[in-house]
Amino acid sequence: MSDDNKFSTLSRRGFLKASAAGAAAGAAPMFFVKGANAYVNEPKGGSVTLGFNVPQTGAYADEGADELRAYKLAVKHLNGEGDGGMLNTMKPSSLKGNGVLGKKVAYVTGDTQTKSDAARASAKRMIEKDGALMITGGSSSGVAIAVQGLCQEAGVIFMAGLTHSNDTTGKDRRKHGFCHFFNTEMSGAALAPILEKEFGKDRTAYHLTADYTWGWSQEGSIKKYTEALGWKTKAAVRTPLGAGDFSQYITPVLNSGADVLVLNHYGKDMVNSLTQAVQFGLRDKQVNGKDFQIVVPLFSRLMAQGAGENIKGIYGSTNWNWSLSDEGSKAFVKSFGAEYGFPPSQAAHTCYVQTLLYANACELAGTFNPCGVIEALEGFNFDGMGNGPTEYRAGDHQCFKDVLVVRGNQNPTSQFDLLEVVEVTPRSKVEYSDTMLGGQLGSCNA
Amino acid sequence: MMKGLFKSNMAIMIVFTAVVLTAPIWLAPIGASYPDLLQKFAIFGVFAIGFNILFGLTGYLSFGHAAFLGIGSYTAVWSFKLLSMNVLPAIIFAVIVAGVFSLIIGFISLRRSGIYFSILTLAFAQMSYSLAYSVLTPITNGETGLQLTLKDPRVIDGMVGIPVTDSLPSTNFFGIAMSGYEGFYFCAVFLIIAFYVSLKIFRSPYGMKLRAIKSNQTRMKYTGFNTRPYLLSAFVISGMFAGLAGSLMAVTDPLAGAERMQWTASGEVVLMTILGGMGTLIGPLLGVGIIKYFENIFSALNDAALHEIYNFLPLGLENVMVAVSSPFVGDGWHLTLGALFMIVVIFLPGGIMEGFSKLSRVFGKSGHEATEDVVSESSSKTEGEK
Amino acid sequence: MDEILLQVLNGLDKGGAYALIALGLTLTFGTLGVVNFAHGALFMLGAFCAVSVQQVLTISERVKDESITFFDAYKEVPYLEIWWGDFGSMIIDYSVPISIFVSIPIMLLIGVAIERGLIKHFYKRTHAEQILVTFGLAIVIQEIVKGFFGANPIPTPAPDIVSGSAPVGMWLGLSENLVYPYWRLIYLMFAGVIIFGVFAFLRFTTFGMVVRAGMADRETVGLLGINVQRRFTIVFGLAAVVAGLAGVMYTPILPPDYHIGMDFLVLSFVVVVVGGMGSLEGAVLAGFLLGILQSFASMNEVKQIIPGIDQIIIYLVAVIVLLVRPRGLLGREGVMED
Repeated sequence: MSDDNKFSTLSRRGFLKASAAGAAAGAAPMFFVKGANAYVNEPKGGSVTLGFNVPQTGAYADEGADELRAYKLAVKHLNGEGDGGMLNTMKPSSLKGNGVLGKKVAYVTGDTQTKSDAARASAKRMIEKDGALMITGGSSSGVAIAVQGLCQEAGVIFMAGLTHSNDTTGKDRRKHGFCHFFNTEMSGAALAPILEKEFGKDRTAYHLTADYTWGWSQEGSIKKYTEALGWKTKAAVRTPLGAGDFSQYITPVLNSGADVLVLNHYGKDMVNSLTQAVQFGLRDKQVNGKDFQIVVPLFSRLMAQGAGENIKGIYGSTNWNWSLSDEGSKAFVKSFGAEYGFPPSQAAHTCYVQTLLYANACELAGTFNPCGVIEALEGFNFDGMGNGPTEYRAGDHQCFKDVLVVRGNQNPTSQFDLLEVVEVTPRSKVEYSDTMLGGQLGSCNA
Repeated sequence: MMKGLFKSNMAIMIVFTAVVLTAPIWLAPIGASYPDLLQKFAIFGVFAIGFNILFGLTGYLSFGHAAFLGIGSYTAVWSFKLLSMNVLPAIIFAVIVAGVFSLIIGFISLRRSGIYFSILTLAFAQMSYSLAYSVLTPITNGETGLQLTLKDPRVIDGMVGIPVTDSLPSTNFFGIAMSGYEGFYFCAVFLIIAFYVSLKIFRSPYGMKLRAIKSNQTRMKYTGFNTRPYLLSAFVISGMFAGLAGSLMAVTDPLAGAERMQWTASGEVVLMTILGGMGTLIGPLLGVGIIKYFENIFSALNDAALHEIYNFLPLGLENVMVAVSSPFVGDGWHLTLGALFMIVVIFLPGGIMEGFSKLSRVFGKSGHEATEDVVSESSSKTEGEK
Repeated sequence: MDEILLQVLNGLDKGGAYALIALGLTLTFGTLGVVNFAHGALFMLGAFCAVSVQQVLTISERVKDESITFFDAYKEVPYLEIWWGDFGSMIIDYSVPISIFVSIPIMLLIGVAIERGLIKHFYKRTHAEQILVTFGLAIVIQEIVKGFFGANPIPTPAPDIVSGSAPVGMWLGLSENLVYPYWRLIYLMFAGVIIFGVFAFLRFTTFGMVVRAGMADRETVGLLGINVQRRFTIVFGLAAVVAGLAGVMYTPILPPDYHIGMDFLVLSFVVVVVGGMGSLEGAVLAGFLLGILQSFASMNEVKQIIPGIDQIIIYLVAVIVLLVRPRGLLGREGVMED
């Protein structure tokens, strides 16, 4: 009994002593001290760490996996391995293929689970534990906006992955956040003229909209531009996220007198609602003497795969498609295809480009200091990255470039050949003023 | 003598406090000592401790506690937006509002017991989630989550003359910023308080009555004992704990998203509690530690990181080990978690705490028995349930 | 009028799916007393039986795709089409109906294996432990499926001949705007047949009688010298088959992904509880009731009066039913109340 007692008191005292010593020695270097560094996570060694924060579980896991593939490829190319991909086609480029500012590029990965909380936790881990200087990724606007806010507070750069909501660089814009992907405003502006050309001015649209901010944003943009053409909007019905079975929302369309169905859905919802709309015979229908049409404003090849046959002939818009034949796209598809055996998705493309743009901005600025990098990225004009001449607008950190209007391919030549580009809408047609969407960038935080 | 020592609340609290406050040191070797994860440990610790007061003591399995967590977060962020960036009003309001909601929901749900109670709480939580995500967007900012903006009024801050800058202000406790390790220690204080409250409840006559409800409510009722007030108070207490945890989430990271209220989030705290050992004081905290560690550390292990871990092995073996482990980490971390649930429940029905008490029964003599008594507080647990 | 008829059809259809899943769930619960959180995963496995059959039928020869010049890409031409031409294409077209027959033995096997290997050891455990272990199992199954098939939905279309819409309105002499997809009508009939089959099986066979007796009073039946245990194993297998068939038939309506079971799980629990724990009739009744209510709540006219009602209707109904009728619509006293 007394032996036990001695043992435990001793060990507890020893433990406390050790803890006190540890607290003094151990805690300090882990601390997030800006004073010791010029800025957060200033790289001291021979490498610089980037954080790739993508959905690895949940509904967008396949997109996340494709994004991660692109990131790994970008890191390879930046470090001078592989065939260099778009490093060879980017103009102007300060990248030398020897890492960034002479430091080898390393990376850490995280799982956003397509949830804001998980995404922020994972981004924080990368910043606090792994010393990531830049966070990139995401396959949902909510997540992108949440992580963007975090990066602003933490003082690191956020290069958004796939995010299509206007809010990312609109009302929720941040000085530290940059978005290369297009948004619903641009989708609307690019789609409208094609819809007019294909379906005429006298149409009545019926919207089914995913009931959350991105869905509303897209519904608003499409309404705005189609109503400007003279289209009428019969109804805009909100559907719960992840409803699965949309039959009860689709049947009212049959007798509504509308002759166009606009599906403001994404991911699984889009696959399901489109599949079911086709099953209800909407595409074989005649209304007001016109063929009934379905429009899916935001297309993705991965989702087109899920919808199978039903996607054929349906119009939508996309940020990029692998079948483009410019030098940049070809170089990227070639090295991605050689590495993984299939072409990259638009999500992979935007992530790859964002990584290169960040690295290039560091080279231009001559520092990893986020304030310098932001300055280098703002107003940066570049070409050879698959979208033609592109500008990172200083006012809202949104990339402005041509937008692709696509149609589900009627006669695919291969299993990947699902989307056919029907129009490249020039940048000038989709541009809007940087104050139109509201929001304030704030100032650099370093 | 040891036994007497550990029977005293004081001794337990001292040890517990020491362990919590030194967490940044002893968690360092496993890579879990960075502020965000530490904060998560503490916050979900508060959540699970509160949940355990309801579930562990009374056996009422609520599938809707995440709703109170979410309500706490939203209230706290609104307090930051409207009143002040000081965390004190945020926490107070969050606990009160969560308490009010849990009083209403608890009052209705506790009219039923067993799985009917579970489904009622689940229904309320799912309704909260669906509405917060969509119709209530003006209040909750929907999918994007409620965030601070530069235009927020912050009335109290304005009155006391805190200057407005063009960058977002950060949450603070009378000037101490609530990020990084300060944030952790702030949450840790609440964890310690929460633990103390739970310890007091577990060892009070009130706690005894709650346990009695669990073992045989009908008999309690036959003796003329009205169980409703006891159940309702336990429900409200655990709801307020959840609200506190939600407000702490907003304190360390001023954003509130609807998915915090989804049934999966409620399910998570159930899993944490059962995994660690329901009805024990420490068990839920162990569950929190394991699940949060998996979510944050295991999910981040990619092949490159695995190669680093197995670096000490010869190359051939290293590759084999990486190939064997990689399906279970990174995007496969859910698989590991699922398998872990199964293994724990199959072999250790009382959760990990039962594993500990089994171990101490094998190795331990008198000293360890005492420890066991502390940790597996309700040793009557296994018999108590159906 | 058309509108209302269509919503009734939608509701019945949705209800059919809910009822099938809830029926299986109630079978396991009522007979074995096990709360099976892996039931959704069984539904998902059924759906992936259909996916697997389709993938086996379309095992393809890889032909170099000359149209892609950027890198080496391959086109896939199914062997069945190479060997048998149009007949081969027809077999592929009928992959979902074929999977029905394939899935029955597979699901039975899976069900029996789960019962013997895992559930058996949990009869005497608490419901909380049953939930945790079956939830763990569900996650493991789900992740394995994801490992094989990826996270995206996989299209598994119905045969061409039934891919369009049936002119229900013309059949009934109503407006010709009243159309409904053939496959959904088939699903509805299929659900009816299965439900009827399960009830007939339990009511009119000796086996079923024993099982029903076991549901009512397991110990006494055991004392009569009947091996209830073995029969219960088969019942679990049966529940798995019902869930699996529901999954197979659902694939043309909803392209399945690995998460589809989890999406149905919570809903089906609500259905079971609203119907009354342990009551097969209740599960079926509640399934159809909730399906129809959900359809009507989604109508624009209703949503304009109460915004967001379509998102919460099921839960709202659950709350009301449980407050008015403590044990659900047809529940018995004393089930799952401790």
